[in-house]
Amino acid sequence: MNPQTISTPQAADAGTASAIPIPNPLCEQPDFSVPAEMVAVLDELITHYPRKRSASLMLLHAVEERYGYVSRQAVEWIAARLELAPINVYELVTFYPMFHRQPTGRFHLRICRTLSCALRDSYKIHDHFCRKLGLDPHGHGAQTSKDGMFTVEFVECLASCGTAPVIQCNDTFHEEVTLEKADKILEGCK
Amino acid sequence: MPQEYRQILKYADAPGYTPDVECYLRHGGYQILKKTLEIEPKALPDGKSMSPAEQVRDQVKLSGLRGRGGAGFSCGLKWSFVDRRSGKPIYLICNADESEPGTFKDKQIIHKDPHQLVEGMIISCFANDVHLAYIYIRGEFAEGARILNRALQEAREKNFLGKNILGKGYDLEIHVHRGAGAYICGEETGLIESLEGKRAYPRIKPPYFPAVLGLYMCPTIVNNVETLCAVKHVVDLGPSEYAKIGTPNNTGTRIVSLSGLVKRPGYYEVEVGKVTIRELIYDPIFGGGLRDGRQLKAVIPGGSSSKILKAGERFKLKRKGPDGKDVEQELDMLDLPYDFDSLIAAGSMSGSGAIIVLDDSTDIVAALSNLSEFYAHESCGQCTPCREGSLWMSKALHRMANGQGRKGDADYLLKIADNIPGGRTVCAFGEACSWPVQSCVTKFKDEFVARGTQDEERRAAGSK
Repeated sequence: MNPQTISTPQAADAGTASAIPIPNPLCEQPDFSVPAEMVAVLDELITHYPRKRSASLMLLHAVEERYGYVSRQAVEWIAARLELAPINVYELVTFYPMFHRQPTGRFHLRICRTLSCALRDSYKIHDHFCRKLGLDPHGHGAQTSKDGMFTVEFVECLASCGTAPVIQCNDTFHEEVTLEKADKILEGCK
Repeated sequence: MPQEYRQILKYADAPGYTPDVECYLRHGGYQILKKTLEIEPKALPDGKSMSPAEQVRDQVKLSGLRGRGGAGFSCGLKWSFVDRRSGKPIYLICNADESEPGTFKDKQIIHKDPHQLVEGMIISCFANDVHLAYIYIRGEFAEGARILNRALQEAREKNFLGKNILGKGYDLEIHVHRGAGAYICGEETGLIESLEGKRAYPRIKPPYFPAVLGLYMCPTIVNNVETLCAVKHVVDLGPSEYAKIGTPNNTGTRIVSLSGLVKRPGYYEVEVGKVTIRELIYDPIFGGGLRDGRQLKAVIPGGSSSKILKAGERFKLKRKGPDGKDVEQELDMLDLPYDFDSLIAAGSMSGSGAIIVLDDSTDIVAALSNLSEFYAHESCGQCTPCREGSLWMSKALHRMANGQGRKGDADYLLKIADNIPGGRTVCAFGEACSWPVQSCVTKFKDEFVARGTQDEERRAAGSK
């Protein structure tokens, strides 16, 4: 499979085609490598399934968790590991909201925007984080601060509606978040 | 007096109760599994015999247990559809994708009592001759996945899982599989596609009924976390004792997730049908009422996809009187018993057991806009009516919520919403995204029309 099919044509035909940027292409990550111990863990994961392809989400999670995003090299590496065409992995990256095509910050703040949290002011929390980190409160999708430390993202229902508003900082849930609590969460991110 | 009836969450919040296997064993854990594995084949009068697995399936069927995930379909019936003659392996998947807005019950079980789910799953797998099962947990529950993995590892070490479980010759392996933030994975065929490593595009039924052509085109059972836990209690109590909990055709307990603008949002396990919506919202042991000075505006009774109930709405329901005869009764929306059948009779559903309460401070246009944005974001994009329709509705509502409404918007929204469901889409997402719009706009039509009219007049007067 030609890797070019899933990445930006690098001015291959300098003319009309390359002038139109492909939205959100996969980033290049020339130094992408997977350490041996991680390979061992992932290979064990693959054995959980009768068909290797089933492991693709788990492998994508592992890559996203380690590098903060999924690059072209990562997609190709996973595809090779699972004996798939890269497009089979790429189509997952564009479908599932938890995978990012651009590098994300060390601390990923997911703020729930769905009804129960919205009724309890999750929009104010999102706004507060954005302003504090110099991001656009009305911006779409995941936004990362200039220093690369923080990513702020509005996400759909996080299943903690009884303790709304709720945010997730990396894997940790913070419930009944107030503006003061939000500041404390940021201070705790070091 | 309404009260909680804690069966599944009996120990979850008890002081000192921890999610490890030793604590679970101290509280009688895995005893029901032992009991299940010790069932002897039963001789039937006609000379045939009933295998232990068949007996468990029979118990679940007789108990009247209905699925707790959303559709409320009979669990025993679902199991009875499984193709057992194909010679292919049968898979069981626990649907822990909990992502219906308003729902947060499965998370309590997974985080606080994971072994109960594991035990319920092993029993269910045994009953269905399953040797490989998965827990499909939503991606955001990374901590939940770690807790479950730990629990499964502990269960393996104690030989509750693995080869020759407890020396009874039954083999089973369970693995945790993480989703990645897509709501559509809660739909069972979408979940199966996702577990196969593909985009979660739901499959068309027929022919892809999971019970016949599920995971890897093999017979597959997909059950919700709470349902699988309930199976353990069915086997523990026996079907007739279990059926005494709750009300006829609505047996057992349910964990209700209460959120929105009440004083005490939270999860409450109750006997199905023994508690009314009013009690769940106003009783001090449940929601504790609305915030001071507020009036009820509406209730979303079963997760965001269910049709909204407006305060003051009345419904005529057929109910069994004390003499056992059907009597027609007119009930206020708040007096509906919180069960499967009453809410269906009221034109809505109890879905995943999630109640979202809206008070008079809520802008209904903004609230619906919020939900529509959710559906527009989560539509998998496979079927045009749903992909386009959910987005159009969301755009129109977003416009309305931001002062750019039009007089005709209410009818426009209804027209779109009416053209999505009803067999035009592969899965029930078409219904799920249009029901809230249909019900909100119909029941609060004056507010939607007034909003659009005001906006139009303001624009006509020259101000933005």
